[in-house]
Amino acid sequence: MNHVTAYSPHHPRWYRKRVSTYWWAVRRAYFVFIMRELTSIFVAWFILYLLLLVNALRHGEAGYQRFLQLAAHPAMVFLNVVTFAFVVFHAITWFNLAPQAMVVKVGGQRVPGLLIAGSNYAGWAFVSIVLAWLIVGM
Amino acid sequence: MADRITLQVSRYRPESDTSEPTFEEFEVPCHKDWVVLDGLNYVKDQLDGTLSFRWSCRMGICGSCGMNVNGEPKLTCATFLKDYEPGPVRVEPLTNFPVIRDLIVEIGDFMRKLTTVKPWIVRQAEKPISDGEYLQTPDEMDEYKQFSMCINCMLCYAACPIYGLDPHFIGPAAIALAQRYNMDSRDEGEQERLEILSTHEGIWGCTFVGECTQVCPKHVDPAGAIQRYKLTASLEWMKNLLMPWGSR
Repeated sequence: MNHVTAYSPHHPRWYRKRVSTYWWAVRRAYFVFIMRELTSIFVAWFILYLLLLVNALRHGEAGYQRFLQLAAHPAMVFLNVVTFAFVVFHAITWFNLAPQAMVVKVGGQRVPGLLIAGSNYAGWAFVSIVLAWLIVGM
Repeated sequence: MADRITLQVSRYRPESDTSEPTFEEFEVPCHKDWVVLDGLNYVKDQLDGTLSFRWSCRMGICGSCGMNVNGEPKLTCATFLKDYEPGPVRVEPLTNFPVIRDLIVEIGDFMRKLTTVKPWIVRQAEKPISDGEYLQTPDEMDEYKQFSMCINCMLCYAACPIYGLDPHFIGPAAIALAQRYNMDSRDEGEQERLEILSTHEGIWGCTFVGECTQVCPKHVDPAGAIQRYKLTASLEWMKNLLMPWGSR
């Protein structure tokens, strides 16, 4: 796909504008997109945090207490609050995009996008309720 | 109510010494039914005959008059001046393309990419004319109709930051048009297109910014086409992984 056009008097020079480093800051949609991409780092941190918890449990009661102390540190609480906000943003933006990528047909009729996004939200709510019940109810 | 509006038009003259485009202001009438293209034609006819821009049909079919209007890729024949009152209206060539002159961009890159995805009906064997037409039901046509509305105006390329950053990316319209033929019941070229599209320069270059769909004047939804194709390509890849003795 590399096509080089040679310069000639009949082929005057073209003006090529370089893409600015801050291209993502000039349009709201681009900014939201970059933020959505950025959320993947926070999703990765939550996975790492979970693995740290599992690792702490491996070291018995003392290990678990050490993990709880670490988790209660103000800096860690702050990091996790920020991470939670980003993960919620991640989930919402991707759920809203799901209908565009998924075309589901039932009886020859295309299922409306609202229903596809809605089922994602319903699944999210269901899992959250089950987890809340596991933690609080037991 | 103002009856005139200012157009700030990007001017680039390759024969002059200035290497950067400059803006020139023109005051044009702002009638209720005037679009940006009417304003440009007024400039060309009455104020400055050297202004260069592409246009043809004036009715959103030919796809030639795409430009950036106040930073947004638009068909200038469908963008009303009244909506930008009191102005000024900034008219620039489409972003992500090299500028040849004033508002005219070089579109060869798109044209070459378009042919690589074989946007035509591919048949393994043509049936003889005596056998009649290839028939299709309305439902089969509905499958691809949305993608067939593309007029190659390239607004989606101007809106796509990925194309701006990686010029090798095949781009939204070409992939949507590949999908248009893949979903056509008369076509048998899906495998041939898959080899071009399932590369990094193809569908996997797309990070789903989604702006191509937002700016599309014909509601083609190229972003949707690409994501759906990602699903198809992934399933195909998985099928080949699990069943390497399969059809391929």
